[in-house]
Formats: sequence, C-alpha cells, structure tokens
Amino acid sequence: MLDSALQFLADHSLVLATVKILVVFSVLSGVLAYIVYLERKVLAFMQARLGPMRVGPWGILQAIADPLKLILKEDIIPSGADKTLFLIAPVISVAAAFTVFAAIPFGDKDIVIHGVNLGLPLISNTNIGILFILAVSSLGIYGIILGGWASNSHYPLLGALRSAAQLVSYEVAGGMAIIGILLISHSMSLVDIVEKQQSMGVWNVFLQPVGFFIYLVAAIAETNRSPFDLPEAESELTAGFHTEYSGFRFSLFFMAEYTSMVLVSCIAVTLFWGGWLRPFQGVASLDFLKFTPVVVFLAAAVAISLGARKNQVPMEKLVLFAIAACCVLLAAALAYPLVTSAIQGIFWFSAKVFIFLYAFIWYRGTFPRYRYDQLMNLGWRVMIPLGLANVIATAAVCYWLQPHPAAAVLGMLTR
Amino acid sequence: MMEINLPQIAFFALSALALISAIMVITRRNAIHSAIWLIITLFSVAGVFLMLHAEFLFAVQIILYVGGIMVLFLFVIMLVNLDVAAKQSQFSRQWFVAVVTALVLTAELVYGIYLDHRGFLIIPPPPAAAATNNTQAIAVGLYQTYMLPVEIASLLLLVAMVGAVVMAKRKFE
Repeated sequence: MLDSALQFLADHSLVLATVKILVVFSVLSGVLAYIVYLERKVLAFMQARLGPMRVGPWGILQAIADPLKLILKEDIIPSGADKTLFLIAPVISVAAAFTVFAAIPFGDKDIVIHGVNLGLPLISNTNIGILFILAVSSLGIYGIILGGWASNSHYPLLGALRSAAQLVSYEVAGGMAIIGILLISHSMSLVDIVEKQQSMGVWNVFLQPVGFFIYLVAAIAETNRSPFDLPEAESELTAGFHTEYSGFRFSLFFMAEYTSMVLVSCIAVTLFWGGWLRPFQGVASLDFLKFTPVVVFLAAAVAISLGARKNQVPMEKLVLFAIAACCVLLAAALAYPLVTSAIQGIFWFSAKVFIFLYAFIWYRGTFPRYRYDQLMNLGWRVMIPLGLANVIATAAVCYWLQPHPAAAVLGMLTR
Repeated sequence: MMEINLPQIAFFALSALALISAIMVITRRNAIHSAIWLIITLFSVAGVFLMLHAEFLFAVQIILYVGGIMVLFLFVIMLVNLDVAAKQSQFSRQWFVAVVTALVLTAELVYGIYLDHRGFLIIPPPPAAAATNNTQAIAVGLYQTYMLPVEIASLLLLVAMVGAVVMAKRKFE
C-alpha cells in the first residue's frame, strides 16, 4: 500500500511537486507559530521578564492559542475602505512570501523512502533561481501598499508610503550584494551556488564579507524588522499599514512578516553560509561533527528535564518529562547511521536558519529604531555605493584570477 | 486542423488576460485600479516570455516592471488627490488623433500577420538544449555581439537620468 503510493508519487512529477509544496507549507506554518513564541520569550528574557507563561507549561501552547484567537475575532472592514483591495492585500503579502520557498534547496541527498527515490528535498531547481526569488519576493510590497491605501486612513497610508520607499531603496543594495555571489559561482541556480561552495571548500561569506553585510542590512530593511521597522513605528504611526486590519487579516500580515524573515534567513544561508553543507566537511578529523543532531536533542532533553524538576504543577511536570523522553527517543533514532547521514543536509540548513532567526530577534532587542532620514541616508549614501564598490572589486579579482578569460568565454560559447 | 495542446492553451489564456487587463487599464476611473490592471498585464506578458523559454526576460520583466516601476507608479498616484482626478473628463483633446494612430497600427499589424512568411523573416525557435542557457545567450548578445550599441544606449539613459535629477533640483530652489 505504502510502496505503491510512493511509486505513484515518484512516477507523477506534478503530484510529487504538490505533495512537496504541502509539506513545505505545513512545516513552515508550524515553524511560524513557534517563531512568534520564540520572539516573545527571547525578548522577554532580554528585558528581564518571563514572557508568556499561562498557556501550557512555560506557555508553549501560546503559539496555538494566538492564531485560534485571531481566527475567531471579527473581521472589520472600515466603511470608507476600497473593499476589494482591502480584502486581497494581506493575501498578496502572504502568497508572495510563501511562493519564494519553491526555489529554496533544503538539502542535497535525494529523499529515499522504502527504496523509492523521491528526488531532492526542494520543490524546483530552476536555472534562474536567484532571479525568481528576487522577482517574487518583491511582490510582497503590493500587499503593504494596497493595504495601506485601501484602508482610507492617514496612518496606514503614511506607513505604506514609507514602506514603498524603504523597500525600493534597499532592494537595490540587496541586489548588488547578490551580484558578487553570481560572479563567484557562475550560476543563478541555488543548487549550483551551494555546490560551488562545496567544491571551493570555502563558504561565500569568507570571500564576500562586505556583500554579506550589505545583504543582511538590506534583508532586515526589506522585512520591515527592527531597527528598520519604520512602516509600523508604533510611536509615530500607531501600527503603520495594518492599523485598520483586525482578526484573521491582521494575522495574515503578521504571518507574511515572519515568513519573509524565515525566507531572507534561508537565502542568506544558501548564498553566503553554505546552505546545507556541514562546517568543516573536508576535514576528516572533525568528522564527529555529524553527530551534532544527536547531541542537540540529548542536550534539549537534559535541559527540559532539569526545568521540569522545578515545576510545581504536577500535570505540567508530566508533560515536560514526556517531551524530554520524546527528545531522547528522537536522538536515539538519529544516532542510527543511515538516518544520521540522511538528515545531515536538512539539519545543518535548519540550524543555520535558526541562528539567523535568533539574530533577527536579538537585533530587535538591542538596537534602537532608526529615524526615517537616517534610514534613507544609510540606504542611498552608504549601502548602494558600498555595494557598487563590492561588485567592481569582485569582478576585477575574478577577471584577474581567471587564467584566460577570453578562452573561457569562447569555451562557453562553443559548449 | 491544428492540434491544440497545453502550451497553446496557456498562450491563449495569457494573451486573453493581457488584452482584457490592458482594456481595463484605460477604462478604470480610479487611477490605482488602472495601475493594478497594468500590473496584471505585465504579469501575463511575463508569462508569455516564460512560454517562449525566455526565463531571464520573465524574471527581469517582473523584477523591473512589476517590482520596481509599478511600485513607484503607485507611490506617486497615492500622493495625488484621487477624488479630483476621478471627476475629470476621461477623454483629452487628442483622442481623435490617438484613434487614427491606433487604427493605422492595427491595419499594419493585420496586414503583417496576413503576409505571414512573405512579410517577415521568421527565425526558427532555438532547440531545447540552447534554451536552457537563455541568460548566457542574452549576456553574449548584449556584451559581445552588440557591445557598442548597448553602451551608447546606456550612456543616453544616463544622460537622461542626470538631466531629470538636475531639473527636479532646480524646481525645489
């Protein structure tokens, strides 16, 4: 039964793609809910508070309670609003953010279940991967602009205008940062870019530190995250472009923001931090690093049970010990050699993305918000010239290092 | 009879969408709605590019036109008082000239399509293997075969851009 279903998937590429899309979508939705929880907890600890503690032990069910509450709330449409645009604006934002994941490679090993090969753990590998990402992720801005305009209210309109100007400015800088990677990798496919980093034996971030810095700043600005969250600066604009939104539509905007946060982390990891590659993959003496997933889950189990011992509520104590037991079981399963090698790519990819997400929260906790003119000055007078200089320097070095550039071009033509 | 296959259905659907949305662009009273229909037009043209295996053009069309230029369009339109604009007459004084020009263009296009192979030099579509290197093909065309014209065109654009900035600055003072 299972075998025939798997074989059917392997034979029908469209059905397989649909299944992969559903898997990515559902995993991502779950992750999103817990990023919000993580953000609230981490920010709380940074500010010497406890954060959500009421729903479930340590508030871990808060991530489920919040979306439920938002879905059940009334969806208010302001009487002066442009109804159609008001309704579709959040959908545009979310759809654009989720669509980009179609081009992200999560790992390098083919998924093999019961001997049936289901292909690479990615939805599609196009030869214009980076351009596709840039194109689709730039569409999310329409949700913000149209939502802000359709609300027919002053704060949302100002927030939308700020957002449009900010995004257009920083998109240029972000694009410049990516050009350096293209010059090094000779390809626009994300799979090729990661494989190039593997064959060079060095991650792009060490060759393009300036490019990475520019990309990081542009990514924070494009996702409207603190310290560049001017479009929703609560002290000036109430809530910016989503002031008039309520209930589920508000949560769609919220989802879009966190999805694009995950997205820019994924892109940064793929382009600059070696994607699914394990650190020190070429060094044989450091091969024990492949057991990191096991150690991580064992450490999580220890941490959870230590915390559970202090818990006063018997029921919560039980739940926490059960979670710790699950972690131990998972660690045991991961220690099985076949599983260890199969999950390497996805584990390291997720671990790097997690570090980026944590850093995003960290920035929010530590940096004060920029003023609007400072933001524009930084974008146009620092980031874009720096990006241009980086492109010129990278191109010059690439040309200089290439033994016979003319011959290489001719070889490309005749291939 | 011609056999109808999936690419053809996609082509006709995209063309129909492009035409319908283009008509919507010029008939909407609200400038924002016009801009949104224009975005849909640009999207369907991008889809046609993709059908022709021109992935690079598809991506650039969306990045530049949809993601860049139209965002600025909307940005400007939002700053305009739409209530006044919506009450203004939709036809300007040049509408008669415009209709004549459009009719002449339509006649030329119809005649050209009627001539078919006799009127145009139709280049056969590239083989599938070449189509995968679409980006490189465009790069070679722009920076090797037609290097000088491209450089001249970019210089002209630069001059126009600097001119626009200078004129905008003078108005402020």
